[in-house]
Amino acid sequence: MVRLFFAEHYPVLVIVVSLFSAFTILIAGWVNKKNCFPISLATIFVQLMMALFLLHRVITSGTIHYWLGGWAPPWGIEYVIDAFNAYVLVIVLFICLLTAIYSKRSIEKEQPRKIVPFYVIFQLLVTGLCGITVTGDIFNLYVFLEIASLAAYALIAVAGGRALKASYNYVIMGSIGACFYLLGVGFLYAVTGSLNMADLSYLLPPLYGNKVVQAAFVFFVVGMSIKMALFPLHIWQPDAYTYAPSAVTVIIAAAMSKVSIYAFIRVLFSVFTTKFIQIYVPIDAAISWIAAIAIIVGSLIAIMQTNLKRMLAYSSVSQVGYIVLGVGLYSTQWGLHGALIHILNHAMTKGCLFLAAGAIIYRSGLWNIRDFEGLGKKMPYTCAAFTLAALSMIGVPPSVGFITKLCLLLASLEAVEYGFVAVILASTLLNLVYFWRVIDRMYFVHNEGENEIKKDEAPVSMVFPALILGSLCIIAGILWLAGAKTPLLPMVNQAVNALLGTGVVAAP
Amino acid sequence: MTEGAIVSSFIPLFAILCPATASILILLSRKRPNVRESWTIIAGILQFSLIASMIPTILNEEVIKCIFFQTMFKGIAFGFKVDAFGLIFALTASFLWILVSFYSIGYMRSLREHAQTRYYFCFAIAIFGAIGVAMSANLLTMFIFFEILTVSTYPLVIHEQSKEAISAGHKYFAYLLTAGVFLLFAIMMTYYLTGTTDFTGGGIKALSELSSAYKLTLVILFFCFLLGFMKAAWMPFHSWLPTAMIAPTPVSALLHAVAVVKAGVFGIVRIVCYIYGVDLMTSLGLGLALACIAGFTMIVANLFAIAQDNLKRRLAYSTINQLSYIILGAALLSPKGIEGAMIHIPFHGFMKITLFLCAGAIMVVTGKKNISEMAGVGKQMPVTMLAFTITAFGMCGIPPACGFISKWFLCLGTLQAEEIIFLFVLLIASLLDVVYFFPIIHIAFFKRPEGGVEEVEVKEAPLFMLIPLSLTAIFSVIFFLDFILRLNIISMYFYKIVEIAVGNVIPIP
Repeated sequence: MVRLFFAEHYPVLVIVVSLFSAFTILIAGWVNKKNCFPISLATIFVQLMMALFLLHRVITSGTIHYWLGGWAPPWGIEYVIDAFNAYVLVIVLFICLLTAIYSKRSIEKEQPRKIVPFYVIFQLLVTGLCGITVTGDIFNLYVFLEIASLAAYALIAVAGGRALKASYNYVIMGSIGACFYLLGVGFLYAVTGSLNMADLSYLLPPLYGNKVVQAAFVFFVVGMSIKMALFPLHIWQPDAYTYAPSAVTVIIAAAMSKVSIYAFIRVLFSVFTTKFIQIYVPIDAAISWIAAIAIIVGSLIAIMQTNLKRMLAYSSVSQVGYIVLGVGLYSTQWGLHGALIHILNHAMTKGCLFLAAGAIIYRSGLWNIRDFEGLGKKMPYTCAAFTLAALSMIGVPPSVGFITKLCLLLASLEAVEYGFVAVILASTLLNLVYFWRVIDRMYFVHNEGENEIKKDEAPVSMVFPALILGSLCIIAGILWLAGAKTPLLPMVNQAVNALLGTGVVAAP
Repeated sequence: MTEGAIVSSFIPLFAILCPATASILILLSRKRPNVRESWTIIAGILQFSLIASMIPTILNEEVIKCIFFQTMFKGIAFGFKVDAFGLIFALTASFLWILVSFYSIGYMRSLREHAQTRYYFCFAIAIFGAIGVAMSANLLTMFIFFEILTVSTYPLVIHEQSKEAISAGHKYFAYLLTAGVFLLFAIMMTYYLTGTTDFTGGGIKALSELSSAYKLTLVILFFCFLLGFMKAAWMPFHSWLPTAMIAPTPVSALLHAVAVVKAGVFGIVRIVCYIYGVDLMTSLGLGLALACIAGFTMIVANLFAIAQDNLKRRLAYSTINQLSYIILGAALLSPKGIEGAMIHIPFHGFMKITLFLCAGAIMVVTGKKNISEMAGVGKQMPVTMLAFTITAFGMCGIPPACGFISKWFLCLGTLQAEEIIFLFVLLIASLLDVVYFFPIIHIAFFKRPEGGVEEVEVKEAPLFMLIPLSLTAIFSVIFFLDFILRLNIISMYFYKIVEIAVGNVIPIP
């Protein structure tokens, strides 16, 4: 076997490489702004390779513990990578890679004068996202959360105009969320004197009755809910998604929201435990119902939108609801599975949809759904990618959306919550209403001079990522369904077992 | 209630790959219409021969299984299982696909329709879905193909792309995808209750062994299944079907008389005989409830049909009525009734497709869509109208077309089940069939066209259209003669298959 250099240092290298690359881009960009893109792309590619290696190691030989600087926890910072981290890390970096490929032409057109700052901040955002994912220390997580959030605020504001207001709203709401999180960290530190997740989960059980601990828990939940735009704390999100540059929308919607959800789940199950949630703060019913409302309300508002990106943003509100519903149903066999499966599924589908939306804006400047007539002929590949992802959102089998639906349905049935069953099924139809409207416009609504429409596709570097994600929506759906024979489901099994601490294989 | 020995084979996979491959090839050769259409035909013939090659195994009372993988849900596999009943549907759909492909060529080219590549592409995908439904081993697999069938037929329904067509398409989706939601719920509920969704002759054991506390659940579950099979167009959830008649005629013919709607009734029969099982249906009293729905639909659909002037819409209501014959047959829960239902699936397919193809031919040649305008058509297009007349007779249950046989079995079924009321319902519905079919024949042959032109030139549709519709008409006659005269051309195979299928689900006295 080939000996990989520094293989044992990969957990930290994933972040360090990215951080140094951000500064390298700044310097190289001074020399020539054409240097930015290749450096960024190469860095993310290397990171992705490392992440894949880590994932492989985690699956074959178990959780990786990395002590930063050799300092033993709980005094030193510890990076812990189990199946869940590695899974999210790979998803996030894969989306980042596709976004980087996509961003070249997109940013050249949308923000030609801000290429250097864009790539620098973009790389910082990637750093932050990776950091949140790999760290095993709740304060360190906060630091990376701020790095990622500040980068995101800046990236949204790059677009200028209305994006400034969107970014400002996001700064306010995001900071409130971060404050809540930090308060939670502070409370826990005050009670236990520790910041290490594993250490906390060891120290906390005797203190579960303590009001400070319970308050900290609630602060965590509220703070992360703002960050991941869970209804009704989503108000910053539609503007931010709508007015940000196309490439930025993709990365915030597909990667950053997933990382926030990761942190939410991590705190819920690795810092606190299922026992705490069951006995002391029975929050699962509450968040399940909030999620159910989010699913319906998000879809209903999405139906009212005429701006494609805004519609997709509200659809995200609804999709986050799916994941949180899965988390809320963690006590059932398929609940947490559904949530974790949907993290990948939603990253792919929403990523694809925003990529396609950006490509449409790039080539034709259209953002209003009403103007999409004949687009299917003009931009066949973009529209094909969009359609695949939209079908997956609706949950047409065998796409990934269908798999999520099956898992959540089974979980709701097992929990004997027919309300959730109805919500999931109704949401299918609501998704159909607003996505089919777009597909209808693209392909079927008759317009005059249809035969004169010339093919005018967006650049390959923009269509290609969208097509990859679009086809993955179907391929991954089949892979999920094939269950144990593919690597995907065992990975999620391992992650769920690690989170719930069952240790045994809970699902087939 | 014996299930035959299981034979593993990849033939079902190859059969289903035919239309799937064809759809890709059709897209690739979109610039060359002749190549494009030949793919459809090659795939059709290949698929039919593959499916037909399974006949001997089935006749041997064996079941062909082709499982691809266990899904993530324990106890549900993804794969195909071809039993006698599935084979009947698969044979019908794949055979008629060949004929309709020829007809499509004539129809689409005569009318110079736009977006022909999309048309052939979606058609192939729809057949892929229909054959998948026919061969599925369990409910989940069936659901996947069911949804593929629904989504792929949408572009065919709105082919015209006018405002009216689009809103028809929306209605189509509103009904069928809502149905899909109910079906999905019912399937997952079944899985939750029993841990399996496999089609089992005589019903899933675990379902019938549930305690009596689950009685209400089972009844509700059954109605969720029924709502899920809105494709069977039972009343009051039928109105998508007449609306969908805005599609090009070959689509109405194959999909909305055979593939889509038959997938619906096929599903209902699967639920009645292979999920619930005859015994459980009887003990829950669901057979009677289903029979009442079917009886209601048969009568009311016929009354609606009488009021239609648009020929295709009238045929659509006739389809709604005939589908309920099949549902009724299954709901009677008697061997003859189920036999009649299973026989009526292919027989109605052959007859109704002929009627639709005739309607299309008339439209292409004369441009007439309404029955009231059709005076003199019989003289102008004698072959077409002859085919129409024969199969219309069949619809009413009059010889010499095969409709007589299936109705005969259904009537026997009502007697066997000792439900005399439904015998009368059947007979009244058949009488109403006469009421709306005979005026068409009368107008076409005996009514003078306005303006009083004496000599009408004989002008038939292109051969591409004429031959398929004659063939289906001839087949419906052959089925009849074969049975009555015991010629044993097809019947020794066909009726044997049906008997095996019935034997799988119910003990024959």
